[in-house]
Amino acid sequence: MSQLEIKNLNVSIGEKSILNDFSLAVPKGEVHALMGPNGTGKSTLAKALAGHPDYTVNSGEALLDGQSILDLEPDEISRLGLFLAFQYPNEIPGVSIANFIRAAVQARLGEDDDFVATEYYKNLYQQMDLLKIDRTFTSRSVNEGFSGGEKKRCEILQLAMLNPSYAILDETDSGLDIDALKVVAHGVNTLKGENLGILLITHYQRLLDYIIPDKVHVMWDGRIVKSGGKELALELEAKGYDWVKELATANAC
Amino acid sequence: MITEPQAINIDQDKGNFQMPEKHAFDAGVGINEGVLDYISDVKNEEQWIRDFRKNALRTFYNKPLPTHWASKDLETINFDKIRYYLASGQTPKRSWDDVPDDIKETFDRLGIPENERKFLAGVEAQFDSEAAYSNIKEAVGKQGVIFMGSTEALMKHPEIFRKWFGKVIPTGDNKFSALNSAAFSGGSFIYIPPGVKVSHPLQAYFRINAENFGQFERTLIIADEGSEVTYMEGCTAPKFDTATLHSAVVELVALKGAKIEYITVQNWSANVFNLVTKRAIAHEEATVKWIDCNIGSRLTMKYPGVILKGRKARGEVLSIALANDGQHQDTGAKMIHAADETTSNIIAKSISVGSGRSTYRGMVHMPKHLKGCKNNTECDALLINSSSRTDTYPSITVRGNKNSVQHEASVSKVSAEQIFYMQQRGLTEGEAMSLSVNGFVNDLTRQFPMEYSVELKRLIDMEMEGSVG
Repeated sequence: MSQLEIKNLNVSIGEKSILNDFSLAVPKGEVHALMGPNGTGKSTLAKALAGHPDYTVNSGEALLDGQSILDLEPDEISRLGLFLAFQYPNEIPGVSIANFIRAAVQARLGEDDDFVATEYYKNLYQQMDLLKIDRTFTSRSVNEGFSGGEKKRCEILQLAMLNPSYAILDETDSGLDIDALKVVAHGVNTLKGENLGILLITHYQRLLDYIIPDKVHVMWDGRIVKSGGKELALELEAKGYDWVKELATANAC
Repeated sequence: MITEPQAINIDQDKGNFQMPEKHAFDAGVGINEGVLDYISDVKNEEQWIRDFRKNALRTFYNKPLPTHWASKDLETINFDKIRYYLASGQTPKRSWDDVPDDIKETFDRLGIPENERKFLAGVEAQFDSEAAYSNIKEAVGKQGVIFMGSTEALMKHPEIFRKWFGKVIPTGDNKFSALNSAAFSGGSFIYIPPGVKVSHPLQAYFRINAENFGQFERTLIIADEGSEVTYMEGCTAPKFDTATLHSAVVELVALKGAKIEYITVQNWSANVFNLVTKRAIAHEEATVKWIDCNIGSRLTMKYPGVILKGRKARGEVLSIALANDGQHQDTGAKMIHAADETTSNIIAKSISVGSGRSTYRGMVHMPKHLKGCKNNTECDALLINSSSRTDTYPSITVRGNKNSVQHEASVSKVSAEQIFYMQQRGLTEGEAMSLSVNGFVNDLTRQFPMEYSVELKRLIDMEMEGSVG
């Protein structure tokens, strides 16, 4: 089945265990939201799936369309089709956005494929128009001196250009004012469709006013404690995270 | 639209081959007056140049190695084991067809004749001690431009040669300029007549083929009033187990209103001691720009300088150094302000990889009596691994209150998070490193001629690919 499937995943940083028997499946074509308070393991999940070397996977499985990604290098996981939009994207001084994305596109070419610069720029400008990004943007160094909104838009542009099968958006709404939030949400809504599964990691419900999820999962202490439809986000908003804590305690009993 | 330009092929893999040695002229091992006589005899030199060489040899003997400030690695050079003059002949050929097959094949493999056809106004190709080939395009020659090796220039243009030779860099400037002055052979001699602007670059290519050898080329460029010239040099050698010595002296003279741009892409194999003295004199309103890229060698010591002698003269050094495992790039710049309203600019970027070490030494001198002088110095170092090392030794002397100086320095490290970010986009660790490094030098390489910035990018890619694992 075409899905990003995580089964009983246990992840730690150093001695500290962060994810505890975490399980989740995001089918291709769906948008799932993963919510929960700070420090509950949402970003750890994102980085562990992307193959960050600081995170140790102790047990469990992570499958991309049935293929295990846990022993792969970060770049191999990326080329297999998993994209991570970073909460805090890194600066790459002196490397323009156009050249960075170009390098990423070229990294995906097979041995017999030729890179055609004209097609690349045509596609880049098309995606930028769709995302309402000014063309002068491409010559700026990646994330250097960017505002919060610009950084997130740059992430969405990369998502658009690299055509992954699954995308994890880690707190893409954090630090954005309402206008920037709308722009980013517009981008995600433009890209979603039957060939892309999206996992939205968010702390707040407000992003879900603009990107309507198929499912909402609530996370506490390294695992999912409640799943439901889009209305679950509203319930969570109304009842607060103390309610989640109660749910977690109840589940454990 | 963006198209990939053709690169100049001088990478180390490409340069790492050796032709069998067959020298008709060999001065033997070690240096003494007899060796100098041998060199002077085969070149048929006049008495003044014979005296110049012998005087320089005495200076070389008397000067200590500069190990009180420089690398102790210099002590491993055994001057008695080096061969100081190896050549097939003293007259370079004007056509590649006349160049001996093994030498022609060497330069073919390095892509030199191909580049000559494509974008160069003239080429000189030195093989060990002498130029094997030297030619300029007919149209350039007709403008009165002289471009030949030092051996040929001493015979054909002694009056211009003698007037400027050794005037910018005195024999006793340092131990290695003295050694060069004693044993020099090859290098380029260029004279650009007043007002002549050479539209395409002149290029010299220095090739070391022999083991236990020292190459001591001597370059002298004179740009007469209002003239302009761009000179590029490249170099390679096969990788030997023993040390090879390359010790050049390069003197530039930019007369009133002249412009000289001197570009070096140094890619010696990792057993070469590259100890080079480069200096220019810029007269009134003249501009001298050194573009100096050091990728290869075991130890490089090189601090291109400009003596700003005339009012409104300008000097620039753009320097990139990449020190990989086992390499030490000790580079920098010197700006000696000697007239009012002179300006200088130094931008130096170094990258240290693995156990590689880069050192920046800069000297800016502005005496009290001058006014309206300006210097800008920026030096940035990038460290790739925790074992990499960088040192900065700026020395800025500014007296009086009518001049201005600006100095910025930074050290940064490629972070693991930055590499992870790039890997998450599908780049391998090596590609990610390479892109970071190219980004770091990007604002400098943009100022290089296209062929050289492309070549430099490719060399960096290769160095970085090999550095991961």
